[in-house]
Amino acid sequence: MTKQLMKGNEAIGAAAIAAGCRYFFGYPITPQSELPEYMSRELPLAGGVFLQAESEIAAINMVYGAAGSGARVMTSSSSPGFALKQEGMSYIAGAELPALVVNVMRGGPGLGSIQPSQTDYYMVTRGGGNGDYRTIALAPASVQELVDMVILSFDLADKYRNPVVVCADGVLGQMMEPVEFPKRDKVELPAKDWAATGTGGKRKPNIINSLYLSPEILEEHNRHLKKKYETITENEVRFEEDGTEDADLVIAAFGTTSRMVKSAIEQLRADGYKIGLIRPITLWPFPFAPFKKLPDSVKGILTVEMNTGQMIDDVRIAVEGKMPVFHYGRYGGMIPVVEDIVEETKRVLEDLKR
Amino acid sequence: MTIVYERSKGLTEAKTHYCPGCTHGIIHKLVAESLVELGLLEKAIGVAPVGCSVLAYNYFNCDMHEAAHGRAPAVATGIKRVLPDNFVFTYQGDGDLASIGTAEVVQAAHRGEHISTIFVNNAIYGMTGGQMAPTTLIGQKTTTSPGGRTVEHSGRPIRISEMLATIDGARFVERVTVDTPGNIRKAKRAIMNCFKCQLEGRGFGIVEVLSTCPTNWGVHPTEALTWLRDNMIPYYPLGNFRNDQGQEEE
Repeated sequence: MTKQLMKGNEAIGAAAIAAGCRYFFGYPITPQSELPEYMSRELPLAGGVFLQAESEIAAINMVYGAAGSGARVMTSSSSPGFALKQEGMSYIAGAELPALVVNVMRGGPGLGSIQPSQTDYYMVTRGGGNGDYRTIALAPASVQELVDMVILSFDLADKYRNPVVVCADGVLGQMMEPVEFPKRDKVELPAKDWAATGTGGKRKPNIINSLYLSPEILEEHNRHLKKKYETITENEVRFEEDGTEDADLVIAAFGTTSRMVKSAIEQLRADGYKIGLIRPITLWPFPFAPFKKLPDSVKGILTVEMNTGQMIDDVRIAVEGKMPVFHYGRYGGMIPVVEDIVEETKRVLEDLKR
Repeated sequence: MTIVYERSKGLTEAKTHYCPGCTHGIIHKLVAESLVELGLLEKAIGVAPVGCSVLAYNYFNCDMHEAAHGRAPAVATGIKRVLPDNFVFTYQGDGDLASIGTAEVVQAAHRGEHISTIFVNNAIYGMTGGQMAPTTLIGQKTTTSPGGRTVEHSGRPIRISEMLATIDGARFVERVTVDTPGNIRKAKRAIMNCFKCQLEGRGFGIVEVLSTCPTNWGVHPTEALTWLRDNMIPYYPLGNFRNDQGQEEE
């Protein structure tokens, strides 16, 4: 299959259509607007529907309605708009509906900036909406991975009847890279016999709902959801690990930042430093295991993030206080450069010697 | 023996949780009868709100969605865009539609969504215990306007039907009430006409039903009907505000 050059935001749209998504409800916000624009052009040609909602709140509730009707459906936004979708995502998780939400992250808090950032790690992995719920969160690091993970996310959403978030950032959304659309094997997915599509006089009414006024029944529902999240945690953890077997220090980074980190590690290893990489691909469920299994040679971990330190909390949980965890970040839409990561790594190594 | 009256097949046999004297029951019945008489029950998908009618999904005998507070028209939009051949309606109260959900209902009307909305206006928040709504009348005492609503503090009550009738995509807009057998018959006719607006592909339709809340108004059910007639109807005049025929032109 030939590769084609595509902008990240458009590649998300093309991947979604390739995955059979036919409904997109969105609202313009920089730096992801090329995605709704692409869908407005391309979805009708694929027999689907693009609709620009009046707000992110309306868009996610349209997704809720469409998902409850059995459709493959998605929406996308960037940080402030993603924040507005949290209420709807809580309902979608509570009602156990499949849907994809793409977050092309930008700087915050508040209106923040329109430049790339990773400041929504907490919101994505802890859930910004109310109640005990989880969303699968995938963090691609290239335009090709955007394509692969968007396709995967629809299958995961259907398999577990759960919303999935693809966490991109302004870099991934805006840059162009060659991509190919792999031929897909048929995936066996459960039938959507729960969808509210009209009874047709053939069955009892289906009800899409997250309300359980009886605490006993809601507790049972919470127990069921908890079990589902445990199953997801068992089956769906994804990560990349490199050079940890003899490492003195491991750098943890996800998404765009992991690319600069890889270049930094290459330079450092060429200079004789033993540095490893753990790159979480699923932010939830978080890959705790590779951190727990690190060899005794590893004396510390440095997380590099485009925020003031969010993923570092999960890394700390993973190492259970057995080694120091450091953070290097650029904020507000600034992007860490390779040389600075190299210098920061050397500084941390010096610290560890003391 | 001849059966002269029976429960509409559009309603389940669940006992409702509505207070004695509340008119939600009558309105449910009219909606259910209209669904059955127009042959829509098997292809209907209803959207329930947050408020007193939050459990409407247990009472209508068709597929149902429970929406977040105010978001029913957005949820219904998502459903109708996926299932254009199904019949999609929302059932919402005045806290849900006239306060937190104004953006959703105005924009659904503005897009001319092919959905039907039943808007139950009882001038108060019922489920949460009688707080002031945007539809609460001037002077009306509620738990958050204990001295009575004043214009100076909270403005004048919002007239949703009149507002929506100014939007071109809203092709059917009518305000009715259910205080007398005659008005109940008129309300049924309006709901049937509103549903036909969707069936004929004309656009968005809404029926506003002036309703009572004896519990939170603190009056006997029959007094509540009198209060509705004496106070609500003069401010919220009954009648049809829009009934456009034919398809909307480009």
